[in-house]
Amino acid sequence: MIIKNAATILSVHNLVASIDGTQILKGFDITVKAGEIHAIMGPNGSGKSTFSKVLAGHPSYTVDGGTLEFKGQSLMDLEPDERAKLGVFLGFQYPVEVPGVTNGSFLRLAYNTVQGARGKDELDPLEFDDFIQSKLSLLGMDASFLERSLNDGFSGGEKKRNEILQMAILEPTLAILDETDSGLDIDALRVVANGVNTLHGDSDAVVLVTHYQRLLNYIEPDFIHVVDGGRVIKTGDKSLAHELESRGYEWVLDENRSRAA
Amino acid sequence: MSTAIDNIVNQPYKAGFHTEIETDSMARGLSEDVIRTISSKKNEPDWLLEFRLNAYRHWLTMTEPKWPNVRYPKIDFQDIIYYSAPKSKATKKSMDEVDPELLKTFEKLGIPMNERAALAGVAVDVVFDSVSVTTTYKEKLAEYGIIFCSFSEAVRDHPDLIKKYLGSVVPYTDNFYSALNSAVFTDGSFCYIPKGVKCPMDLSTYFRINTQDSGQFERTLIVAEEGSQVCYLEGCTAPQFDTNQLHAAVVELIAMDDADIKYSTVQNWYAGDENGVGGIFNFVTKRGLCKGKNSKISWTQVETGSAVTWKYPSCILLGDNSVGEFYSVALTNHMQQADTGTKMFHIGKNTRSRIISKGISAGKSNNSYRGLVKVSPKADGARNYSQCDSMLIGDLCGANTFPYIEVANKSATVEHEASTSKIGEEQLFYFLSRGIDSEEAVSMIINGFVRDVFMHLPMEFAVEATKLLGLKLEGSVG
Repeated sequence: MIIKNAATILSVHNLVASIDGTQILKGFDITVKAGEIHAIMGPNGSGKSTFSKVLAGHPSYTVDGGTLEFKGQSLMDLEPDERAKLGVFLGFQYPVEVPGVTNGSFLRLAYNTVQGARGKDELDPLEFDDFIQSKLSLLGMDASFLERSLNDGFSGGEKKRNEILQMAILEPTLAILDETDSGLDIDALRVVANGVNTLHGDSDAVVLVTHYQRLLNYIEPDFIHVVDGGRVIKTGDKSLAHELESRGYEWVLDENRSRAA
Repeated sequence: MSTAIDNIVNQPYKAGFHTEIETDSMARGLSEDVIRTISSKKNEPDWLLEFRLNAYRHWLTMTEPKWPNVRYPKIDFQDIIYYSAPKSKATKKSMDEVDPELLKTFEKLGIPMNERAALAGVAVDVVFDSVSVTTTYKEKLAEYGIIFCSFSEAVRDHPDLIKKYLGSVVPYTDNFYSALNSAVFTDGSFCYIPKGVKCPMDLSTYFRINTQDSGQFERTLIVAEEGSQVCYLEGCTAPQFDTNQLHAAVVELIAMDDADIKYSTVQNWYAGDENGVGGIFNFVTKRGLCKGKNSKISWTQVETGSAVTWKYPSCILLGDNSVGEFYSVALTNHMQQADTGTKMFHIGKNTRSRIISKGISAGKSNNSYRGLVKVSPKADGARNYSQCDSMLIGDLCGANTFPYIEVANKSATVEHEASTSKIGEEQLFYFLSRGIDSEEAVSMIINGFVRDVFMHLPMEFAVEATKLLGLKLEGSVG
């Protein structure tokens, strides 16, 4: 929801970033305030996934210019783990599989690391077990998930639920969910959307990166940004999503081209 | 981030110190005279000298194996010191008689030589260069009829057992290094578990090469009589020298009906520096014979050291329903090379074998799994399962898998699975994005990777091995 005089959580201005010498983001702008849900949409190859990775600090990308601030602090010189400790969370489009590392021990290490950085007490394995039960049930997962290897042999839906489970325990101030809806059937989509809606509150913000409008039927965004050529070319409210759904991206791109000409 | 991977794999070798101790060393070189001298220094019976000389004469007709996937400079076998022993009295009655320098050495390595201070439940035989310096808990074990002593003592006190079993699993004709070892071996451990006895504590041998340019050629012989059980641990370290030292050991295990031998190794010989200068050549022959029905031999190895490793702990499954197991973690870093694996020979009916191999390569190292599963025509109902996983850290290392499968019985079931993965940027980024730093991420990923093997190690060993992997990999991930 849009809250008057809410604090700015994310402020990105004229961000330019490249990978292997190819520029992908070419002056990206976005401002996200507490309580808000933003959707970043756009055709394939527009740069929307790149934006989420640059924000989380993926080492393959080089930032060539612009500013990237989280709660007034520049993220530019921070490693990905430092950003995570500040409260930035990236939900992966393709979560990696790590055989042999149990999901439970990974979640507990992540939780304790982030808790430690916030000056809070760490939980021992038994306390953590109690803590995570309610989070598991929120996402319709049972405790056997914790015994399995991290994402190893998980179905597409299980991987995405596991991402939201991590969001649930890490309680980020800013969650960017990259194509969280891809590969989900309608039931899984509902569960994941319900999880995000439950976790989201007045003091945090969510950025959904998605190709389709479908997810937005379940998570209602306050703002929609259309990205093309590495820049936000149009920003609107929820109704823009429906227009995109019925008319496709082409008209927005045309509009932008004629404006540029 | 590449520097972070680098920082995790590069840690100094903590066992690399050299002990200043007066030694009784022979001149370099190998000849029948040298062998006669070794034999007479040890007051050996004639039959053993004969065994050595036969082995030596056979060795002269052999050539070094060229098939392993490793490269190293030609070894000058005349430039090696074949006998080196700390100078002092022949046998120690108690720890008080052991040279304090030696005690300090093993204290520094964390090896319990003092029984009072020892970890409960482990008896230790300590081999320093060419000789065994002490064996703990000997009397206590003797109450059970268990013999646990240095090989030299066994030759003196139990010659019939040694004569009966020496070379019975690994004959000196077996290969180049087993022939060399049979000619010049100087000490090692002997262990005999009588019928029906379950060994009340883990037995352990700790090998230390101290003298520069000396070779270590020890033999281990374990005989488990009908219905007996033993768990055996082996550890190895060596000081840091810029020359290579040769370690060519032979280990023979014999399990009678319903006997169970579990043999675990944590090998941390000096691996050479990051440019590949120095380090141990580890050319070892280990083989177990499941002679009786329902017998079981299980090898677990954690190979982290040595410049070059060439080692295939094997099982001959002769008895019906016998079981062979091989669990291995081989880690190579910098310029290290390992060609290691196992051989499972299915001869008896309904014999079963299981192979779990985990290779980790970092730096510019090269890590090969080489294994043979052979099912003979009479091995009805034989079953094998093999799983060989490789993990690469960085872009400059190599991993290879050479599985050989020969099946001559239609009722046999042989399964083989293999995988190669890489600790890459994506995996690390995933951990980092959850607040976990790269060092912790790598250690978690590696520990997950080796979990199936480490669960077969005795508790204390597993803890030590986990620490060792962390040390070895420090600085390699980033």
